[in-house]
Amino acid sequence: MSGPDKKTETHRLVAKLLVVVLAMFGFGYALVPLYEIICEVTGLNGKTGQVSLAGVTGPDTSRVITVRFTATVNSAAPWDFQPNDRVMEVHPGGLYETSYQAKNRTGHLLVGQAAPSVVPREASLYFNKTECFCFTRQEFGPDEVRDMPVQFVIDRNIPAHIETLVLSYTFFDITEKG
Amino acid sequence: MSTAAPAEHDHHEEHATGLTRWLTTTNHKDIGTLYLWFSFIMFFVGGFMALIIRAELFQPGLQIVDPQFFNSMTTMHALIMIFGAVMPAFVGLANWMIPMMLGAPDMALPRMNNWSFWILPFAFAMLLGTLFMDGGAPAAGWTMYAPLVLQTGDAFPFMIFSIHLMGISSVMGAINIVATILNMRAPGMTLLRMPLFVWTWLITAYLLIAVMPVLAGAVTMLLTDKFFGTSFFNAAGGGDPVMFQHIFWFFGHPEVYILILPAFGIMSQIIPTFARKPLFGYASMVYASASIAFLSFIVWAHHMFTVGMPLAGQLFFMFATMLIAVPTGVKVFNWVATMWRGAMTFETPMLFAISFVILFTIGGFSGLMLAITPADFQYHDSYFVVAHFHYVLVPGAIFAIIAGVYYWLPKWTGRMYSEPLGKLHFWTSMIFMNITFFPMHFVGLAGMPRRIPDYAVQFADFNMIASIGAFGFGFSQLIFLYIVLRAIRTGEPATAQVWEGAHGLEWTLPSPAPYHTFDTPPDPQLIVKEGHS
Ligand SMILES: [Cu+2]
Repeated sequence: MSGPDKKTETHRLVAKLLVVVLAMFGFGYALVPLYEIICEVTGLNGKTGQVSLAGVTGPDTSRVITVRFTATVNSAAPWDFQPNDRVMEVHPGGLYETSYQAKNRTGHLLVGQAAPSVVPREASLYFNKTECFCFTRQEFGPDEVRDMPVQFVIDRNIPAHIETLVLSYTFFDITEKG
Repeated sequence: MSTAAPAEHDHHEEHATGLTRWLTTTNHKDIGTLYLWFSFIMFFVGGFMALIIRAELFQPGLQIVDPQFFNSMTTMHALIMIFGAVMPAFVGLANWMIPMMLGAPDMALPRMNNWSFWILPFAFAMLLGTLFMDGGAPAAGWTMYAPLVLQTGDAFPFMIFSIHLMGISSVMGAINIVATILNMRAPGMTLLRMPLFVWTWLITAYLLIAVMPVLAGAVTMLLTDKFFGTSFFNAAGGGDPVMFQHIFWFFGHPEVYILILPAFGIMSQIIPTFARKPLFGYASMVYASASIAFLSFIVWAHHMFTVGMPLAGQLFFMFATMLIAVPTGVKVFNWVATMWRGAMTFETPMLFAISFVILFTIGGFSGLMLAITPADFQYHDSYFVVAHFHYVLVPGAIFAIIAGVYYWLPKWTGRMYSEPLGKLHFWTSMIFMNITFFPMHFVGLAGMPRRIPDYAVQFADFNMIASIGAFGFGFSQLIFLYIVLRAIRTGEPATAQVWEGAHGLEWTLPSPAPYHTFDTPPDPQLIVKEGHS
């Protein structure tokens, strides 16, 4: 093997390896949507289904499922936040509505956002919201109190052993992020 | 023993002297030396931090440092030991030995080699500089879990940038090593004639190229989450903090093999030399290393069993992790089989190598215990984990590096170290290391959590013992420094082969190895004679 040959060969190899480096940097970022998809498909993390009317097939009155509602405020942010109903007894396939109430405890404008979660994880795949205040910015004027509605339907295909599920919302203060 | 390359090469090759020589050098031996000294310094810096930790833990209660600074110490100790001491030491050994083992005149990309070293002092100056910043040095653990790490003060961006620099440095080093191994081998040096140190480094380099960019991506996400309004790990914006753990450990588990595979390579050089037998199962060693590397990509979630995971996931990661014990067991078996009925002698490198085999295996077994998902819920984040990874890293990675230094020092300097002092260093290190880390198994199983400056009184006795061991171990390393300096200055002259049972191209060169070696490739017959097959 002669000198220059070896040099080009080395440079070609380095170029290939640099492509791998860049691809793996990209792969790190690709893990983000991949993670979302895996969570959605498996119901991991208790992420609830999309906002959609799928599953509204009319109530299956032979089954009753207890839905409990909880609320948390993240990092002691200056909000009061609670569900207006603590418990509901519902039939799979039927459309139900409840609401959460939030109050801005400060004298200035606050922006909040809520993230939902369902346990048991398995149930989250069958829990669909047709209307939700989550994942959108909620602006609250000074001392404003407001009810925020949630409409949901539990899919008829929910496994028979699930008799109770909990829907929980965590309210975040995102005023600084605007 | 004569060499193919004339030793009279030095005089017409001019190189700068003094500081400029070291700043501008592209010589693989110079750069290897730089890496090794840098790593040695970082080993003492990181060790000093460990002693602050152990001093605070000598007794229950808070006495020496405040808790925030304590957490900074655990965080910085880990970052410095992993990225500043162990990794650069392996790269330094690779720089020195791989070209000589392959009959190559130098590394494939000498100038890049210079850059990849000189990035490191800047990276670590920046990291150590955070100790003096508002809000203190990073204190959220070396794993930098979001959202806790986002509470770091002014140090935060400096920590991220220093990690970027370390990543760039090790990726450049890895590319160089791959290019050297694939393109610079002397004619006749086929892949399956390469010494195992070269093989394990080739696999390690690929691991580095694959996972360091993922770490860079993860810390960049942290940076943009903190300063640019992204929400990768922020639930308020639809992100998820658990995702950070997934991305981090996708890097993190292969990283632990980056820290141990070159050590396996060093063992596979030293044990045959002092057993005076060829390495048992050369090919199976190569395949075992490759399988370990492959499996390392599919086990990451064993670090996060407790975050909540479906049963199928827990089972998959448990069994995949346990599977790694198979190729690792093959390696341990082969080392023992190499020693079996060998004409063994127990010079210092061999003492460190034998203790590596035994103590690393203990670390492997505690790793297997941690892999059992239901049991992990008890062990998770306890001192048992601390005991486990220190058993694989101290008598694993670090003993291997020390063994390698004793083994190759005569080749580098042309002088022998003092064997009695070497033995003293071995026995003090080995005994104190066990005194330090073995009790941690017990306090961990009894429920002592890691990363805390204070603890319940029932853990007091074992912690006191561990602290005494740590100071003993730390001071033993001063003996090592003295031995190395003394060997360089006044050691007995070494022969070319140095060790009676040593085989390989590097031992056909004079000691000290001339500044330029193998400018003309070695005789292919020499490769066959010195080679494995
Ligand atoms: Cu791991």
